[in-house]
Amino acid sequence: MSELFGVPMTALAGQLMLGIINGAFYAILSLGLAVVFGLLNVINFAHGAQYMLGALVAWALLNSWGISYWWSLLLAPMAVGAIGLVLEKFLIARVAYDHRYGMLVTYGLALIAQGLVRDHFGAAGLPYSVPEALRGGVDLGFVFAPYYRVWVVAASLTLCVLTYLCIEKTPLGANLRAATENGALAECFGINVKLLSTLTYGAAVALAAFAGVLAAPMYSVNPVMGADLIIVVFAVVVIGGMGSLSGAVVAGLGLGIAEGLTKTFYPPASNIVIFIIMAVVLTLRPAGLFGRDKG
Amino acid sequence: MNSLLRGNAMASKLRGAAPSGTWQLFAGLTFLLLISPWFLYPLFLTKVLCFALFATAFNLLIGFGGLMSFGHAAFFGIASYIAAYCARTWGVPPELAIPLAVAGAAVLGVLIGALAIRRQGVYFSMITLALAQMVYFLCVQLPFTGGEDGIQGGVRLPFLGLFELNNDWGSYYFCAVVFLAGTWFAHRVVHSPFGQVIQAIRDNEPRAISLGYNVYRYKLTLFALSAGLSGLAGGLKATLFQVASLPDVHWSMSGEVLLISLIGGVGTQLGPLVGAFVVIAIEHYLAPFGSWVTITQGVAFIAVVVLFPKGIVGSWGSRVPGLFRSRAQAAVHSPPKQD
Repeated sequence: MSELFGVPMTALAGQLMLGIINGAFYAILSLGLAVVFGLLNVINFAHGAQYMLGALVAWALLNSWGISYWWSLLLAPMAVGAIGLVLEKFLIARVAYDHRYGMLVTYGLALIAQGLVRDHFGAAGLPYSVPEALRGGVDLGFVFAPYYRVWVVAASLTLCVLTYLCIEKTPLGANLRAATENGALAECFGINVKLLSTLTYGAAVALAAFAGVLAAPMYSVNPVMGADLIIVVFAVVVIGGMGSLSGAVVAGLGLGIAEGLTKTFYPPASNIVIFIIMAVVLTLRPAGLFGRDKG
Repeated sequence: MNSLLRGNAMASKLRGAAPSGTWQLFAGLTFLLLISPWFLYPLFLTKVLCFALFATAFNLLIGFGGLMSFGHAAFFGIASYIAAYCARTWGVPPELAIPLAVAGAAVLGVLIGALAIRRQGVYFSMITLALAQMVYFLCVQLPFTGGEDGIQGGVRLPFLGLFELNNDWGSYYFCAVVFLAGTWFAHRVVHSPFGQVIQAIRDNEPRAISLGYNVYRYKLTLFALSAGLSGLAGGLKATLFQVASLPDVHWSMSGEVLLISLIGGVGTQLGPLVGAFVVIAIEHYLAPFGSWVTITQGVAFIAVVVLFPKGIVGSWGSRVPGLFRSRAQAAVHSPPKQD
């Protein structure tokens, strides 16, 4: 069978793969948004900008110091995460008492980051080449799979699972869940909620930056790569509901795949399909597919 | 809703409630609008007034309804496209093109509002942003918008065949009249029984529900009114500047109107005008420096929220001693509500 509803199987499989990759990015970013919102009561509008900064730092490391992709995977999240720690400690924690203020301040941060990057590096995309070890690909018979894409799918899904396990199965994760459930009570039991919030924010930012480094060789590095993505991620979060972490991951992947399928069967709608799904979900199930939150 | 935003609105309501104050306010505003083109470039003022009208519409929703929309660019932009398209393609005169634009924006407002008000707080903001982004993508792809180029040029037809809009002064005074009418309309909405219910819902939604108000319908009506008024601003801008393009529907436009409202003071009557003046002036003077407009706007967002969340007009108002101070201050310190 080489065709399905008049679409060649190779094209379908290729788009599906891209869909899974996008879905994995949606999953990582919405996971970060959900954890931060749960603990800090802040919707982190700068999440997209932090993803972009991850990609940019990787580009700068390679072009200024010749530091390889593999080291960037470690260094870029650390650098951007450190910026996140400072921002949380001195700015975001202070406005977190009202989630609207948190959203406005992080929106301001996103604008500053985008403006600075555009001022220094221009609006055009900066190319970042695929690392030596992952060039080429394998022909699976029905689709040609570039090694780099296989690696991105594997890495991002592993990261999602690790994050999930870290939150659900470790003592630190137990503290985090306790503080999310009831911060004041968790503090009574001796959990340092402020420190936990700062670290959580830093970790979520680092996750976004890691996704940015993964994205750098596939998409060109440009100032608005994160801003456009974060709006889609907001829709993903509304669809999935921020109540459950596994929900965020499943919704992210599912919507990425839905986007990929739309791109195959009806390309003009591929940009808006996620928003249409959001509209349908809001009509039928306003709290989101996996939502436990009543907001 | 945070106590500061709400208190701000309360304070302004208390100040503006007296009928004598209203007439003084509008007389002063009319005088200011009449004389200002002698001191400042009329085209610049026209742009300020268009954005002040947009912010007035936005303020209706955020200040009095407590709903922080992040997608108002959709209404401004779609109205801008409708007005420009009607004028350019069919030669429709402004007295018809602008109402058509308002109607289009209001219909879109009902559609987006019906979905968005199903959720509250940050979810509301995210949904409006996402749906506005969908409108943006539609505008990129649909043929009638002219894609990246937008709709440009054409002749500015006289209003009702009499009032010449083809010069800077004519278009400025036309804009000033429409702005005054829009501001007066918003003022009437806020001080109507409908407006009182809207503020009651903002302050305590469960209680408004228990009193028997159909909260969903009130919020939707407010959302549609705000969208329609944003459409008036968009249609006006497209008619007077003869351009409708993608920046009008982009999310950064939603951010801009939010910034104007915040800088001026959420829930104040003069806030939109003051905020628009400041923001447009910044854009005007920083335009040669490219990205620094964006950076300055980002810094302004943070500065306003951290340093003076009540905005320029709100902060000024609360320092006025005497008459309304105790009640206004009491409103500011009322306990915050979860939502």
